[in-house]
Amino acid sequence: MPEVKMLTGNESAAFSAMNSRVRVIAAYPITPSTPVVETLSKLIENGEMRAKLIRVESEHSAMAACIGASAAGSRTFTATSSHGLAYMHEMLHWAANARTPVVMSVANRAIGPGWNIWADLSDSLSQRDTGWIQFYCSSIQEIYDTIAMAYRVAENRKVMLPAMVCYDGFVLSHTTMPVELTGFDGFLDEYDPNWKLDADNPFTHGNILLPIYFAEFRHSIQKAHDRALKVMREVEEEFLELSGRRVPLTIEEYKTEDADIIVVAMGAVASEARVAVDSLRNKNVRVGLLRLKSFRPFPEKDIRRVLDGKRVVVFDRAISPGSGGQLYTEIRAALAFSDAKIVPRIVGIGGVDVTKRTIEKAIFERKIWIKEVIM
Amino acid sequence: MKISEIEREEFLLPGNAACHGCPSSMALRTVLKALGGKAILVVPACCTSVYMGPYPNSAIRIPVFNTAFAAAAATASGIRASLEMQGDDTVVVVWAGDGGTYDIGLQALSGAAERNEDIIYICYNNEIYSNTGIQRSSATPYGAWTTTTWKGKKEHRKDVAEILLTHNVPYVSTASIGYLGDLYEKVRKAREIRGFRYIEIHAPCPPGWRFPMNRTVHIARLAVETGMWILFEYSEGRFSFTGASDLIAKGKKKMKDVQEYLSSQGRFSGLTESEIREIKKYINDRWNRLVGIRDHELPSFIRLSAQNALG
Repeated sequence: MPEVKMLTGNESAAFSAMNSRVRVIAAYPITPSTPVVETLSKLIENGEMRAKLIRVESEHSAMAACIGASAAGSRTFTATSSHGLAYMHEMLHWAANARTPVVMSVANRAIGPGWNIWADLSDSLSQRDTGWIQFYCSSIQEIYDTIAMAYRVAENRKVMLPAMVCYDGFVLSHTTMPVELTGFDGFLDEYDPNWKLDADNPFTHGNILLPIYFAEFRHSIQKAHDRALKVMREVEEEFLELSGRRVPLTIEEYKTEDADIIVVAMGAVASEARVAVDSLRNKNVRVGLLRLKSFRPFPEKDIRRVLDGKRVVVFDRAISPGSGGQLYTEIRAALAFSDAKIVPRIVGIGGVDVTKRTIEKAIFERKIWIKEVIM
Repeated sequence: MKISEIEREEFLLPGNAACHGCPSSMALRTVLKALGGKAILVVPACCTSVYMGPYPNSAIRIPVFNTAFAAAAATASGIRASLEMQGDDTVVVVWAGDGGTYDIGLQALSGAAERNEDIIYICYNNEIYSNTGIQRSSATPYGAWTTTTWKGKKEHRKDVAEILLTHNVPYVSTASIGYLGDLYEKVRKAREIRGFRYIEIHAPCPPGWRFPMNRTVHIARLAVETGMWILFEYSEGRFSFTGASDLIAKGKKKMKDVQEYLSSQGRFSGLTESEIREIKKYINDRWNRLVGIRDHELPSFIRLSAQNALG
């Protein structure tokens, strides 16, 4: 039986990185993801984990060091949030375009001003177009499982892209749950890169790209995202075999088959929505839940299959000012030629609590912007 | 060391895309020879990222990883850590211009130096932000014309080599493309030391400084002979002048009038008499400061300068 430990979301991320055989970590602490690096520090200094931790002076440098370490052939990890992720923005592009399969945990948090340290997905959704794979977790066990699975996807030779594993700050990062610490032997062994910086086999990486080559490189990244969806499904099956847990990487459906209304959500809000679905089902309302685990690549075909012809309520814990919820916009685009009726709901911005009641009421009250806490 | 004693094998290939008379390519050619072909180079945005040539070609015969402008020292730290975990002792070398070193890259440089990362950081200083043309950098000297200081720069340059001295790293030195034998020896020496090593190479740029391309070496030497650039080496607690600067310090060679250096380049053609006096004062002050470091050894110099700052 695998060991079960009471862990916070952040500790869960750190233990997963350790068991994923991460060999280089570069990080600069930021709330609410700081305990990830604190835990890894302790594991390394106690000799429980064999890795080099670079205590860099900024998140920009953290990502740069991860890219360098990955390019030189090591499995690499970092953790950040909010302003830290924003500060990495340039290097996030670099990681994706350099095809370095770095994995990063992101404890989602609002971006100031004013200073707000609470949950909000706008930090990672702002990085939507960097080329990174993005997973959104709904439980602490799922954080543990997804980090290892993310390496399997990222390092797959048909993919070779960096991946971020996101979870709502404080709601998941600082709460505690029992976590089954499945070992990853046979599922994720030492990193075996298909290329690396090597003085005996010199090549130049990242020099000037003339337009036609640049276009080709960008096209190859798009194709890698397309292929990643298939790889993700394979990894799900393998992980099920390893752990007995079905951990979705693309979408998760809950009571959708006979549903009239389907709620769409990501992260901790989706966890709460699941409770709301059960509660409404008890009142004979036919509601279902479509949880999006992967925002990039966007599982468009699955979304069309589940949502076509339904009444759809999309919950966003972020907003793109001047447009609306990012998830809503993307879902609407995916269903542009379907019969679905789609409405947006903005909830939980800057850490406003999202309860079962919030979701129940929001489905029927038809308010778009839910800023009060519904008790 | 005589130039004829330098390694013959070429690691920077001829026919690369550098300007004629380019000091950076002269320096890189020498540095790569001194490294002996067993190194990984990290290059941020700078002239070198252009003249190494476009994909799929490269003029450099060792692995090169290009990185973002601000990220060179951090990228190199990551590569070094990765190699260390694999038991690989390949030398990791940053090759950056003064824009990427003095300005946008200073934070990462300072961070890597403070962590005493086992890398060699080499800055080729052409005293301009030349990644995008001929703009001012914080390494541009007082009075120099650039395309963002049309009437001459109003501030003195800062000195990153001196900043690095206060980071408690094992090795800091300055070099010049006018003295390639000296540069070669310094890189060879740095290669044998572990921990953070910083080498800064003075690199006169013909299009940027407005002088004919066949005068690069001549002007580089004039900079040292007039005290506008000083060759020194700090290694394991000892600070000393080297080459021509050492001869000047020992009184074996007379320091030339800076006027000869200033009038050799178009970038200083608009200087007034009072501005020339200011440059002479700068040379004098800096020379005395470095003599102070040499005579007091480094730790007491840091204490002294702290006391001076407190009045």
